[in-house]
Amino acid sequence: MMDVGIVSYGAYVPRYRIKPEEIGKIWGVDGKGMGKGLMIYQKSVPSPDEDVVTIATEAARYMMARVPEVNPQDIGAIYVGSESHPYAVKPTSTIVAEAIEATPAMTAADMEFACKAGTAGIQACMGLVGSGMVKYGVAIGADTSQGAPGDALEYSASAGGAAYLIGTEKVIAKINKTLSFTTDTPDFWRREGQPYPLHGGRFTGEPAYFRHITSAAKMMFEAMGTTAQDYKYAVFHQPNGKFPTRVAGQLGFAPEQIEYGLLTPNIGNTYSGAVPLGLANVLDHAEPGDRIFVTSYGSGAGSDAFDITVTDEILNYKRDNAPVLEKVMADPVYIDYGMYAKFKGKIIMSE
Amino acid sequence: MSSVAREWREIPGRYNLKGTKCENCGSIFFPARDFCPKCRRAGIGKVVPYNVCRTGKVYSFSVIHEAPDCNNAMKPYAVAMVQTDDGVLVSAQLVDVDLDKIEIGMPVRAVLRKLDADGASGVIHYGYKFVPNL
Amino acid sequence: MRDVAIIGVGCTKFGELWNKSFRALGIEAGMKAMEDANLSGSEVDGIFIGNMSAGRFINQQHIDALIADYSGMATHHIPATRVEAGGASGGVAFRQAVMAVASGMNDVVLVGGAEKMTDLDDASINSVMDATADADWEAGMGVTFASLHAMIAQRMIHDGIATREEIASFAVNSHFHGALNPNAQFRKAVPIETVLKSGPVATPLGMFDCAPISDGAASLVLCPLEDAKKYTDSYVKVSAVTQASDTLALAQRPDITSYGATVAAAERAYKQVGITAADISVAEVHDVYTVAGIMALQDLGFYKRGEAGKAVLEGQCQLGGSGVTINTSGGLKARGHPIGATGVAQVAEIVEQLRGSADKRQVENAKYGLAQSSGGMGSAVTVSIMEAI
Repeated sequence: MMDVGIVSYGAYVPRYRIKPEEIGKIWGVDGKGMGKGLMIYQKSVPSPDEDVVTIATEAARYMMARVPEVNPQDIGAIYVGSESHPYAVKPTSTIVAEAIEATPAMTAADMEFACKAGTAGIQACMGLVGSGMVKYGVAIGADTSQGAPGDALEYSASAGGAAYLIGTEKVIAKINKTLSFTTDTPDFWRREGQPYPLHGGRFTGEPAYFRHITSAAKMMFEAMGTTAQDYKYAVFHQPNGKFPTRVAGQLGFAPEQIEYGLLTPNIGNTYSGAVPLGLANVLDHAEPGDRIFVTSYGSGAGSDAFDITVTDEILNYKRDNAPVLEKVMADPVYIDYGMYAKFKGKIIMSE
Repeated sequence: MSSVAREWREIPGRYNLKGTKCENCGSIFFPARDFCPKCRRAGIGKVVPYNVCRTGKVYSFSVIHEAPDCNNAMKPYAVAMVQTDDGVLVSAQLVDVDLDKIEIGMPVRAVLRKLDADGASGVIHYGYKFVPNL
Repeated sequence: MRDVAIIGVGCTKFGELWNKSFRALGIEAGMKAMEDANLSGSEVDGIFIGNMSAGRFINQQHIDALIADYSGMATHHIPATRVEAGGASGGVAFRQAVMAVASGMNDVVLVGGAEKMTDLDDASINSVMDATADADWEAGMGVTFASLHAMIAQRMIHDGIATREEIASFAVNSHFHGALNPNAQFRKAVPIETVLKSGPVATPLGMFDCAPISDGAASLVLCPLEDAKKYTDSYVKVSAVTQASDTLALAQRPDITSYGATVAAAERAYKQVGITAADISVAEVHDVYTVAGIMALQDLGFYKRGEAGKAVLEGQCQLGGSGVTINTSGGLKARGHPIGATGVAQVAEIVEQLRGSADKRQVENAKYGLAQSSGGMGSAVTVSIMEAI
């Protein structure tokens, strides 16, 4: 296997936000208190004309803008991971591929693994690139996730995504290793044809999120002979602000190590976009030599862990060719629940 | 339900502002034309693919309050004629913008957004819209 | 080529005519024109019908056959032709008819224009209107017909060609005259505040900047000028009828604050007659939106760029005003805009003016009258000049 890593990345979050107190007001719940408990102070909402296709495309275009020397025709694979693909049958990835002019000599597929479909795509690309099957692979995690009205998920389920160009040349962040921990654990699911997911309530915690993340993380520590102190930054899946903060502590990470990688308090849970977005924000701030620990989590369930080292190449990287996440997230527009319901298509319209 | 093929064949223009250029007179065409209306016969065979610039400035604009059904959830929404940096005028929606802050001359860039869909079970149409250029 | 005369006109009332079908409207206008021309019907040897979109409005294609049949002409097997050119369908139908008589191919021609819009819901009607611009690259991108006009207005305001008030004043002018026209959809004068405060449609344009949705039909009878006296003492001469084209999409033009097709058609028409814009006393222009009316006054040469709006706001274009009297019928805004009928009704109004039968809206001593019919974003324009005999 060749050395494989991140050649470029791009991240996008829609402009609209809603606060938990606004949602709570509708359902007779102390939304502010709920937000505080979950550590989610606002969440992103997609415009009615945005979906996983448009979010993934925007992220992918930012990614390509930063590597103008990369010919999109050299992209051999595109995987878009999401649990809210606009079509049940008809890939998101082909639309994104067309929009960045990577078609037609390439492979593409949509991935689904709850909140870790984005990192699963990175792993798939690593395999293809590392084996020499393709020159570049693109992995995107993006979601416009749905929470049932009044359900706890409504306070967190948000929208956003990030795209990664995986390759072997001019790598700005080398992926030293990746591994996964996977079991059959039904903590969260959505049946075919159903608009909203269901979840196992408190069952989503210990046996699901915490068990899988800590298991994958410890496997990584063991494989690399490292501890939390060997990393400058860590990014964990973040269904809320509370879980990643707690799991980071359990694994020995200090709060400042997860600061850049923890976006959920400000944008909500972007599901498949969550870890890719957190990593993007870390890379927005990273310097050569910085080591990054990443562990995603997808319900159902599994965790993908990554050990990453930022290279000197990041100094030549044209990051400013596209807006960094802080700029993307600046200037949000706050909407009320009525507007939110309209944006999310929760109002029954006439044909 | 509109024709799937009709939308499909316009994908290069709709997604990526792919136009054409007449190598005889230098004119840029968007949407793409295979026949140069300026050179006519002299331009035959000399009209080549051309990628129109995805950044530009607002040339004129309007905020639509009476919208087609497909855009009910978006209204009021803005439309603009955008003069791209290579001088082409393109009419499209202007989104993610504060409606009272739109000005002629405002810098914008093209993004991909949903234009409409053939109902809940039909094909979704994607195409360019403009957003303020951060 | 023979000179051509208009020997009869007929118009239905324009408006929301719930109890009248397309065919009933078409026949009513046609019968009125025939009666006006003192014809029995057997003299007619050709029909031209301006109709934009019966196919979408009432799901009926083949309007030529329908009108020939219901007017009793089908039994004589005379040729009937339906003409479509967006909002200029009526104007172009008139021109086709004039050419047929002038060339000698026909002797007595019935020109009709008709549209039945209100059988369709508002959203669908708007989508039909949007389709007169570029369906793929304007309408298909969410850019409505109204918003295209609004962007012209926005640019005119920005460039100092007209103010918002001046643009709005065009509706005041049209409504002032509409109040005097018994066939008009809106028979009520409105102050400029009403226009400025009307609900927004596409900023800066509001509801009162827009022509309404209308049903209606209009009709004319043409014959060679030399034969006119055989039928009536009350006729006018068609001095010129020119037509010009432009790009389908507005964005394809270097300047969006002028319609090149109007300029070209007007120049050709004036040259043909040997007059200038200053010789026109009364004109009907295509004010589908107020801004289109202001633009027409400039493109037709009545005013220099930047002066039309001021003139309309000052009332120069109203009956008794100092300028050319504009849209005595009420224009598209107040008389109504049943699309295919509009261009024909404009000519009918000019005929009424030139033969002195315009009643309360009569312009005194008019020798030349002009009608401008426009399709889409000025993509097809006809300019007709009629002369009093």
